[in-house]
Formats: sequence, structure tokens, C-alpha cells
Amino acid sequence: MNISEIKNLSFSYTGQTVLKDINFKIAEGDYIALLGPNGSGKTTLIKLLLGLLPSQKGKINLFGNTLQKFHAWQNIGYLEQKTTTPRNMPMTAFAVVRLGLLSTKKGLKLFNKEDNKKTISLMKKLRCYSYKDKLFSELSGGQQQRVLLARTIINEPKFLILDEPSTALDSSSREEFFEIISTLNEEKKTTILLVTHDISQVGKYVNKFLVLDKQIIFYGSKEEFCDSKEVTSYFGPYTQHLIDHLHTEGTCPMPHCHSEEVK
Amino acid sequence: MNFAEFISYGFVQRALISGVLVSLITAMLGVFLVLKRLSLIGDSLSHIALSGVAVGLILNVTPIFAALPIVMLSSLGIFKLSKNKKIYADSALGIVSSAGIALGLIIAALAGGFNTDLMGFLFGNILTVTPAETVLSVIIFAIVIACLYFFYNALIATVFDEHFAKTAGVDTDKINILLVLLSAVVVVLAVKTVGIMLVSALIIIPPTSALQIAKKFKSVLICACIFSVFATVGGVYLSFLFNLPPSALIIILNLIILCICGLIKYAKSGKIN
Ligand SMILES: Nc1ncnc2c1ncn2[C@@H]1O[C@H](COP(=O)(O)OP(=O)(O)O)[C@@H](O)[C@H]1O
Ligand SMILES: [Mg+2]
Repeated sequence: MNISEIKNLSFSYTGQTVLKDINFKIAEGDYIALLGPNGSGKTTLIKLLLGLLPSQKGKINLFGNTLQKFHAWQNIGYLEQKTTTPRNMPMTAFAVVRLGLLSTKKGLKLFNKEDNKKTISLMKKLRCYSYKDKLFSELSGGQQQRVLLARTIINEPKFLILDEPSTALDSSSREEFFEIISTLNEEKKTTILLVTHDISQVGKYVNKFLVLDKQIIFYGSKEEFCDSKEVTSYFGPYTQHLIDHLHTEGTCPMPHCHSEEVK
Repeated sequence: MNFAEFISYGFVQRALISGVLVSLITAMLGVFLVLKRLSLIGDSLSHIALSGVAVGLILNVTPIFAALPIVMLSSLGIFKLSKNKKIYADSALGIVSSAGIALGLIIAALAGGFNTDLMGFLFGNILTVTPAETVLSVIIFAIVIACLYFFYNALIATVFDEHFAKTAGVDTDKINILLVLLSAVVVVLAVKTVGIMLVSALIIIPPTSALQIAKKFKSVLICACIFSVFATVGGVYLSFLFNLPPSALIIILNLIILCICGLIKYAKSGKIN
């Protein structure tokens, strides 16, 4: 089954076209790196996919349902690029992480002891337990990001959507962050759509690339990416840099990478 | 007069029951409204309530019943306006607030000027609450408590981060509408009991005080309730002792609590840093 399917999707903000004729499918177990320069419509695409922006043209499917009929939100984990929370929100890091269990609750959405235990063990695993009783708003950017990642994965979603999650992190936390979500992909078959500029760090984990610049420049497997004319002509001289990155990581298995390099 | 003597009067009992219930409701809703930056909704809706009351006086309908539907519709208007990305929530409240005042003045003029009835609603007099209004307070209190209980975590998620809330399956539109409609009902109730002047203060000040000192959502709710009730009961009692208007004293007591909470916060942050 496809986790998500997008057909003929176009979108514009008051006159300015941001997405044009987007078509792609996300299969179960995919780990997709969504690339593209700033302003290329990555965030807009994700918000449309989740119904956070009203769709204008085209079809969006999630887990086999149209967005209107989709209710299985416990399958979704979404980490927004820019989270806006009230400055004086009285919530500890612990309470923020636990809130991620909301989608698993039916009827009276109250938390119990079991939920508290789950929250504590995940916070220990993601190493944000030491500040669990601090106010969320008083944490550093990187600490907040850890807490938000914990909130995003605590319900063990089948489909994880992360919009530039590593921006606020230092490089060792970044490495750790990518390892954590990659483990989810490997062990739990979690499908992941990851917007990132850290191609060198995620190259070894992902199996597909989606390159976006208002329209789809490239969508396909990592192997095809290394050998794609579209990618070469789109990125120009920068391509070699990208591919070298993948190559250094030992993740670009095609011999073409070598031959490109020789040329 | 001592306190025991003071609460032996029927009208004092009604004043205290209604006052305490209204204080509790406004404090709890106020926490959500303040965090959502909708705290001035009390101000806007109470101005609309003034128009509603004026309409009621003209049509010779019980003012509170004329005001209720008008205020509820306006609260939905505020919801619509604040959803518009090009209008800030506080501007939306200002727009509705001005509309309320303008309409109220015109309607009052048509009705033959500001009569004493209208002035009564403006400043309120908690000491003239009728038995029927006390019963109404109890009913509305029960409704608000039930809503907050049933939607507690959905409300928190919506206030914390609407996009997260939506992707956690919360119908945030429904939650926001619930919040503004409850505010509307409470404003109308409060207008009849404590007066238009006091509504806004009761919604804003106790939650702001509580937010200075409490770290958890539940503690904020509880502190806001305690502060609010203390100020209301204290204000009514002092009004007897010194023969001063209760509304003003209630506000002053709330402000004193706010200052104390601010000082506590200041002292704490000094210790940590
Ligand atoms: N709320 C908005 N209103 C108007 N234009 C917007 C809005 N959000 C984004 N845009 C525009 O849409 C384009 C794509 O934005 P975005 O999807 O955030 O790009 P990316 O995530 O790839 O950096 C940009 O040109 C941006 O200026
Ligand atoms: Mg973006």
C-alpha cells in the first residue's frame, strides 16, 4: 500500500505559484530526503500533504484515504520547521513530550500512569530527561528540538514527516538525531519524509531523493540520483559536490559516480 | 460588622455565590484566552453585550436574553476575523469592540439616552443579583467545567501549537469555536452580575498572576481560581466595611495579587541566574 499519493498538485499563495503539477507516491518503508533551495516549496508541500493548508488543485491521499476522510492521525508524526508556541506557555518538557500521545487517545483524552512511564523512558533514550521538569519555553533551541522530536515519535507513527529538524542542533546532536530516526526506519519500517540540507549526513540512510524547485526536478532511488541527467543539469557544477558527498559516505553504489569523477 | 454577620444576609449570599462562580469561570477560561492572546475578548464582547442590553431595553425583552444571541454571534465573528491571516487577533478584538460601542451608543440614543438601567449594566452591581441569576450562574459554571474537562488536553494542544494539534487529530476549529462561545456566555453572565467594567479584568488579571509563579498547566488553573475567588470575596467584604464600589475593590485586590506574583517571580529568577 502507498503511504501517500499526490496527483497533479498545484498551489499558489495569492497569485504567486509555489507548486506546479506535483506527482509522486510514497511507499511503505521509504526513507525520502526532500531537497531544494530555500523558498522552493518544501514546507508548502508538506503542509498541503497534512491538510494544514487548504488544497487548491490536485489530489492528496494519506494511507489510502482522501485527506477529508483521513482520521488515523496516530499514524502521523510531524515536526514543523518553525514551531510557534506561546512564550509563557506553562508546560514542562515532560508535558510537551507526553502531549504527543494525544493522537492515540479516544474519547476522554486524559493521560494515565502508563503514558507517564512511556514518556520518561523515551526522554531517557533521547537524552532529554535531565531537563524534563524545566519549562519548555526556557530550554535552548537544541534542547527544544530534542523535546519536540520526542513528542513526534512517542506515538510510534508509521509515517514521520520532518521539516528541517536538524537546523538548531550542534553537529554531534545532529548525527545522533539522524541515527535515531534511521533506526526507526530500519527496525520499525517507519516511512520517513525528511526535508534537509544535510545531504552528506543522511545520504547513507535514505533510499530515495525528491528534489523540488516549485516542480519536481527529480524523484527516484539513491542509485538513480547519482546518475541522473536531471540532477546534473539542475544542480550544475554543484552536482559533483553532492555526489562526492554521497560517495565519501560510501553510499553511492553505482560505478557511474566513479566515471563521472574521472571525466 | 463581622464576617459572620455579613454573610447572613440573603443578598450577600447570592452576591458571593454568583461572584465566586463567575470568578472561577473567568479565571479558567482566561488562562486559555491569555495564552492564545485573546484575553481582550472579554473587553470586546462586553461592549457588544452593551448593545445587546440596549436592544433588550428598547424591545422590552429581558436584557440578558437579548444580549446572549448577539454576543454569541459576535464571538463567532471574532473567530472568523482572527482566522484571517492578514488580521492580528488583537486587531480583530479591537474591531469588534469598537463596533459594539458604536452600536450601543446609537441604540441607546434611539432609546432616549443613557438611562440608569444601562449604567447599571456598565458598572454592574454584584449586590443586586437575583435568585434566578444565581441559578443561571450555577448552570453556566457546570457547562464550562464539563467542557474544560472533556476537552482538556485538546485545548492545551490547540493553545500550545495549532499545527501540532491538527496533526494529532484535534479539530482545532471546533476547539477555538468552543472557546469563544464559552467566553460569550460567560461575558453575558458576568455583565449581569459583576458589570461590563469588571469582565475584562477578571479574564486577564488572575491568569496573568498565576502564569508568573506556576510552571504546570494545572497549577496555573488552580492558582488563577484561588486568586480570583479571593479577590472577589475580599472585594465584596471590603465594600461593606468601607462603603466603596465592590467592582473597583475586586480589581484593586486582583492587581495587588499580580504585583505580589510578579515580585515572587523576580525574586526566584534572581536566585537562579
Ligand atoms: N504564508 C505564506 N504567504 C505567502 N507566501 C508564502 C507563505 N509561505 C511561504 N510563502 C512563499 O512560498 C514559497 C515557498 O515557501 P516554502 O514552502 O516555505 O519553501 P521552503 O520550505 O522550500 O523553503 C516562498 O517563496 C515563500 O515566500
Ligand atoms: Mg521550509
